[in-house]
Amino acid sequence: MFDIAVIGAGVIGGAVAREMTKYNLRVVILERESDVAMGATKANSAIVHAGFDAKPGTLKARLNVRGSELMEDYAYELGVKYNRCGSLVVGFNETDRQTLSELMARGEANGAKELYLLGTREEVLAVEPGVADGVCCALFAKRGAIICPYELCMAEVGCAIDNGAILKLNFDVCEIEKSSDGYIVSSADGKCVEARWVINCAGVYSDKIASLVGDVSFTVSPRRGEYVLLDKSEGGRVSHTVFRCPSPLGKGVLVTPTVDGNLLIGPNAEDISDKSDNGTTAQGVAHIKRLAREQVAGIDFSKTITSFAGLRATPSTGDFVIGVVCEGFINCAGIESPGLSSAPAIAEYVAELLAGAGVTLTPRKDFSGRRRPMHYFRELADEEKNEIIKKFPEYAHIICRCEMISEGEIIEAIKTNPRPSDIDGIKRRTRSGMGRCQGGFCSPLVAQILARELKLDLLEVTKRGGGSLINLSRTKGKS
Amino acid sequence: MERNRELTCIVCPRGCALRVTLGDMGEVLSVSGNACKRGEVYATDECTNPMRTVTSTVLCTDGEVTPVRTERAVPKALMNGVMKEINSTVLNKSVTVGDVIIENVAGTGVNVIATACKEIFTK
Amino acid sequence: MSEIKSFKYDLVIVGGGPAGMACAVSAYEAGLRSILIIERDAALGGILRQCIHNGFGLHTFGEELTGPEYAYRYERKVKEYGIEYMLNTMVTAVGADKTVTARNEELGIFRIEAKAVALAMGCRERPLGALGICGRRPSGIFTAGTAQKYVNMMGYLPGREVVILGSGDIGLIMARRMTLEGATVKGVFELMPYSSGLARNIEQCLNDFGIPLKTSHTVVEVHGEDRLTGVTVAEVDENRVPIDSTRELIPCDTLLLSCGLIPENELTLGAGLTLDRRTGGASVDMNRQTEIEGIFSLGNVLHVHDLVDYVSDEAAVAGAAAARYIMGAVAQSVAFDVTASFGVRYTVPQRITELCDLTLYFRVGAVYENKTLTVRFGDKLIYSRKCARLLPAEMQTVRLTRDKLAALGATSGEIKVGLE
Repeated sequence: MFDIAVIGAGVIGGAVAREMTKYNLRVVILERESDVAMGATKANSAIVHAGFDAKPGTLKARLNVRGSELMEDYAYELGVKYNRCGSLVVGFNETDRQTLSELMARGEANGAKELYLLGTREEVLAVEPGVADGVCCALFAKRGAIICPYELCMAEVGCAIDNGAILKLNFDVCEIEKSSDGYIVSSADGKCVEARWVINCAGVYSDKIASLVGDVSFTVSPRRGEYVLLDKSEGGRVSHTVFRCPSPLGKGVLVTPTVDGNLLIGPNAEDISDKSDNGTTAQGVAHIKRLAREQVAGIDFSKTITSFAGLRATPSTGDFVIGVVCEGFINCAGIESPGLSSAPAIAEYVAELLAGAGVTLTPRKDFSGRRRPMHYFRELADEEKNEIIKKFPEYAHIICRCEMISEGEIIEAIKTNPRPSDIDGIKRRTRSGMGRCQGGFCSPLVAQILARELKLDLLEVTKRGGGSLINLSRTKGKS
Repeated sequence: MERNRELTCIVCPRGCALRVTLGDMGEVLSVSGNACKRGEVYATDECTNPMRTVTSTVLCTDGEVTPVRTERAVPKALMNGVMKEINSTVLNKSVTVGDVIIENVAGTGVNVIATACKEIFTK
Repeated sequence: MSEIKSFKYDLVIVGGGPAGMACAVSAYEAGLRSILIIERDAALGGILRQCIHNGFGLHTFGEELTGPEYAYRYERKVKEYGIEYMLNTMVTAVGADKTVTARNEELGIFRIEAKAVALAMGCRERPLGALGICGRRPSGIFTAGTAQKYVNMMGYLPGREVVILGSGDIGLIMARRMTLEGATVKGVFELMPYSSGLARNIEQCLNDFGIPLKTSHTVVEVHGEDRLTGVTVAEVDENRVPIDSTRELIPCDTLLLSCGLIPENELTLGAGLTLDRRTGGASVDMNRQTEIEGIFSLGNVLHVHDLVDYVSDEAAVAGAAAARYIMGAVAQSVAFDVTASFGVRYTVPQRITELCDLTLYFRVGAVYENKTLTVRFGDKLIYSRKCARLLPAEMQTVRLTRDKLAALGATSGEIKVGLE
């Protein structure tokens, strides 16, 4: 019997689960995929929004501004890279200038701080020399920031596990039944857990989960956004996140440096019906490239590392669906943008909701919220690295030559919560395979290390869990 | 009746475009397009008895594989038989480059040799 | 706090593949003794170790060897000469001052002060992300070289029903290797109207096994959620744009990519050198010396070769030159730029700074027939040769002699290589 069952191990479920482990509660996290951060968390703009986008008075507006306030300390505590690089919404004409003023007013109404209007091209260039020709004005949000969303999620879930939470992967919730003390949550393959409270953080599937307890007051539809990630050689094109001023012609895309030094552009927005279809399209990718060029000068797309798509969990209500549905069930549903920015605030809000519903939240004295940064080794001075190498020589054995990731770092990732079990899991945790060769050289070595550490046959190692096998048989002898 | 056959020479990376004129019995009457004498030999062999070097790996008792090849080219038609024998061979001793691993593979009169050094540690 | 160990060598060679080893051997033969080869893998040989097919060494040894055998010939020389080498050692930085930073399990992170550095890191394959193929990201998509490592080095078969995109040599070679090891290769699709692989490989790797090669075709989409279930291919028009009406779904569990090789020049850039946009490598003189004195670049890191024999030749030139440089015997006497004119995509070397015998390497930009290849200096014709057929896949060479260069009666200017 658990006190809390969090459904969904994305950045929201992770934040909520970690928040719950601050109190004397037994927490279980249920995730349908083979790893955490596999939904919208894996593929989004990686932005902490300043808070001028959402309509005043909405949950989105309130939680975005609060989340953005909390995020710097939150990321620091969790050892996650966060960079308050600032963001610009760039305009091209008088209509845009008008819209920017409105955005500024909206931001101020929402309580966002440090917003500035840049009225001339010169002023814009003084802040961001990388903008394209034609940009004549901008809204500058000094507190806009960038963060790695899946790194944040892994740190949240890892921290929750370190503080006693249980993570159940490959747990695809298909039934939620009222029991005498709470709910019995069952998976498609017959596993079940019982908890007093269920918190629905199931992303694009959050409407389906809500419907299992009879809440059909909203739906969530997948809105696909495609992105292009460029090599670090392009990472310096801009030093701020550059949005385009929304206009009747469309929303534009963003062009942003990432915390790892790459350049990210995207997303478009396409409403689709399949909640798992995160495939890219030729038209989509061409479209975002064209828009990106209009905002930022000189992007060299021959330096593309990869393109990918993510699915936003777009709620029918237009706002986040957060609240107590009935005794024992809370929705954190339809968390689309600015969901990442709001994550710590949503967790805080869920705690308030529980307290309001009469759950006793006794803070634990032994809660440890701090985590060592996942990439601490890379940041050490050479002398400090040598100290570690002396004890653990595998930290000197480079496996991923593009990102310079050692065997020691990979082994450490395998042993750190939440534990990865496949090649993509290693990639997200260590950046091995994330570089220009995209794992061409290192993936066979990573597969060997995974097999050795997890005591698997190489044939059992997968790219991303399930049936995503790498090798199909041996060439010689018995298979 | 004469007929022509066009071939790409595989003797060297130059890849000459060869034209072979064949007689009634499939015998080679003439070869053109070759830059060297080896091209003519290749074209003749290719039309009468095509030959290929087979490269693969053999399983070792330590579970790893090590690369091998046929010492000379073998008849193309026997490639499958050669592969079958290579696939059923297990190497149980250390070898150095050039060591014979299979003698007279698939009755071709050609040996399969190691193309890399491989150490097998026995307990 | 652990200290950073420091060493001194005359010549440090980054990479123990065919280029690095040939460079070391030739530097040794030129009289140099303080030489260190640094290799990231567990053995010398570089990528040749996984190229277990035959076809190497016809120029160098007059016989047809497999990759490991070719490498072994040089490895034996390295050992016979007692040239030092470090394995499992990764160079992480090369400074313009020829300080090399590296790490391995025994020494941790350490530095070497070198009088000269030879960069011989090789190249990497162009990955999926750079190709703009749409769809999800299932498993079963590999570069040909990654598949080669699984099949040839590790003894695993990464696929049963295979489609290959790109007709580069490794892709063609892997079509045969996978077939021999039990897979079915359904076809090779090439974006360009011509193959980028050698004609002999098309013959013996595809035709021998009845594997179709479709030029002016590409893969536009991949299918499958967990493992690849198929690819959509389409013919492309003259602008390389896929023609929708020709889209065809091919069920398969594996897509191999053989879409080009990219010199791996991160260390070169880190040293402060800029790259020639056409080769993707450093710009060098006939000694393969880069724009930084004492830093040399050779093999596939300089420009992608199709024959290892040429790599060895080039590396030998560089090794001997590095030895002469260290002994103070390299002097700049002339300053010719070598440039590509009509039909020629690039030349290596890009500069000639000494009057000596040398080989110019170059590639054409498209398929040309019945052209005359010329090397001109102003209105002087230095060299010409009639060529029936020139392919981008095949590197061309021109031998220039010291006498011919001296006869130009100039010490600087532009030497143009082109087709007429």
